[in-house]
Amino acid sequence: MAEIAASSRLITHSPSRTTDQGEAATAWLLSMPAIVLIVVFILLPVAAVIVLGFTDFELGYAGFKFVGFDNYAELLTDRTFKRSLWNTAVYTSLVTPVSVFLALGLAIMIEKESIGRSFFRTAYFLPVASLLVAMATVWQYLFHPTIGPINAMLAEIGIQGPNWLGASSTVLYGLSIIGVWQSVGFNLVLFLAGLTSIPRELYAAAEVDGARSGWDRFRLVTWPMLGPTTLFVTTISIINSVKVFETVKTLTEGGPNKASEVLLFSIYQEGFVYLRVGYASAMTVVFLTILVVLMFIQYRIQDRQVHYT
Amino acid sequence: MSALSLRGIHKSFGANTILKGVSLEAEPGEFIALVGPSGCGKSTLLRILAGLETADGGEIVAANQDITRLKAAERNIAMVFQSYALYPHLTAAQNIAVPLLMRRLTRAQRLPIIGPLMPGRGKAIAEIKHDVGNMAASLKIEHLLDRKPGQMSGGQRQRVALGRAMVRQPAIFLMDEPLSNLDANLRVHARGEIVDLHRRAGVPTLYVTHDQAEALSMADRVAVMIGGALLQLSPPHVIYDDPQHVEVAKFIGQPRINLLPSQIEAGSTVAIGDVRCALQDRTPSSGTSITLGVRPEFVRIARGGDTGLPARIDRVEFLGSEIIVHSRLDAVGEAMIAKVSPAEGAGLAPGMPIRLHVQGEHILVFGADGARLPVTRLTSSMVRETVHG
Repeated sequence: MAEIAASSRLITHSPSRTTDQGEAATAWLLSMPAIVLIVVFILLPVAAVIVLGFTDFELGYAGFKFVGFDNYAELLTDRTFKRSLWNTAVYTSLVTPVSVFLALGLAIMIEKESIGRSFFRTAYFLPVASLLVAMATVWQYLFHPTIGPINAMLAEIGIQGPNWLGASSTVLYGLSIIGVWQSVGFNLVLFLAGLTSIPRELYAAAEVDGARSGWDRFRLVTWPMLGPTTLFVTTISIINSVKVFETVKTLTEGGPNKASEVLLFSIYQEGFVYLRVGYASAMTVVFLTILVVLMFIQYRIQDRQVHYT
Repeated sequence: MSALSLRGIHKSFGANTILKGVSLEAEPGEFIALVGPSGCGKSTLLRILAGLETADGGEIVAANQDITRLKAAERNIAMVFQSYALYPHLTAAQNIAVPLLMRRLTRAQRLPIIGPLMPGRGKAIAEIKHDVGNMAASLKIEHLLDRKPGQMSGGQRQRVALGRAMVRQPAIFLMDEPLSNLDANLRVHARGEIVDLHRRAGVPTLYVTHDQAEALSMADRVAVMIGGALLQLSPPHVIYDDPQHVEVAKFIGQPRINLLPSQIEAGSTVAIGDVRCALQDRTPSSGTSITLGVRPEFVRIARGGDTGLPARIDRVEFLGSEIIVHSRLDAVGEAMIAKVSPAEGAGLAPGMPIRLHVQGEHILVFGADGARLPVTRLTSSMVRETVHG
């Protein structure tokens, strides 16, 4: 009896076991392309950068040796690097809030518009789609201290315009304006998508509940309902600001007097101009760490606060 | 004095006319159900009343005050939405508190960061908490106060939505199909609860629904809207027994009323089978087309004999306490539905020839424009007199 029971259990269970194994194998097989791509194009390069950060490798020299934390020690005393960290932080703290709130305001206005809506959406999205390097020449002209229309307009209202990109006191602001111009369209499209997903009945309920002014309805419905969008837009904006490079490279080369030296530009200088790959890798690790921390913070906030369902 | 009156409300969206001059008076404390097929404009009427849409014409007077031009926030009207429209980021307690916060706190007191520093805010907040607590107790939802809408069931959300609407003691209470998102069992239960709450609060209520059972069972008076016009506003039994328009008769009643096209015959009489009625108004000439209506429960089935309308059974539906017999008249091919007791309907099967007898006193006659024509039933001696005499 026991034997029969045991064998029957075997019979009933063995097919399911092979199915399980088969399923597991298929699962691995199906996810293999993605795994290979992630390893080859993301994990391996990151690992290589981390390893190189501990070496004195310079492009063109044969061989390298491990130097431990020497590169990181040098970073601590490197005034250019510290300057670029500070400049990146200033640039980010200017561009992110302005581009986020400007985009939110514009999105709310465009949302109300029925006829011109797609026109405005396209118009504001153009800077995102256009090549920043090409548009930089336009900005160079706009910001030109003598022939530039911006200073010409300021002169009209009696303000002596600064030498936007040529003076160390204003160059970061000039770059920030370009940064805002470039990112506002992208943020705006994201906010528009977020706005259209807010149920209309919530606004109706808010009105019936006594939210008289647009501000009341914004506080009661729009702002909280846009929470997930705002968090996403803010994170993307911060990351994009931290990655500022093209405008610096094309317009200022980090100058004048390192006043617009930013993180990515320093890495570029060390790695591709001075060819000190080991040192540039150490900088890159710092850069990656900053990005990872930012993303981690975003996901923590998202999990805790802005999920309503 | 009526608590609420709508006078000639017009509304169209583009070329699409939604409301064609709707007028309605609600007495203090009255529960009116606005019922009609989807697209009849009942929800639009409710939104106009709430101030969420503006009417193209007409006026709204609530408690002797013309509120036609007031914004939703300025009207003392509360509304329960079909989707409940609870704020998903707020707890039940916060949701219920919103109308009070908006009305009792000044704009400055509601500002973020500096609002809490404004004088008098603490006292107002304490009062609001107290009122929210009372509201929750009367709805028996104290245990839900700390939950967000996402963590509540449909029935619980519906209660919170009711609480949010009732907490500020509005002058008028509007409900837009508040039960349509609940399952069937809960719906019947919730009906009783809403009627109960209404009786306790005594606030005039306008209740929009497409479900005639809800309308008939809950309301003091039922307003039937069809195609943007209010066709009849009467107590439930009048709406059912005495519809003033063919569309009302068609819409109310389950299974649907039997309607037979017919004509006025000699002597301003109409006939169905062996039953003959005389029109009270004798002006329409004979030959004018009319519609005869008989509710299914007033149709009797005979299995033989030579009186009554010959028909053949299409389908028999057994519903427990009653049997619905679908049949087709031999003469004109019109469908006729009869609702009979299980005893009377026992043994009936599709394909069987039957004879239908209509109970004469329950015949409804509608003119070509759909309006009801009053009739008197004639006995056989009177028939001879009227038709031949």
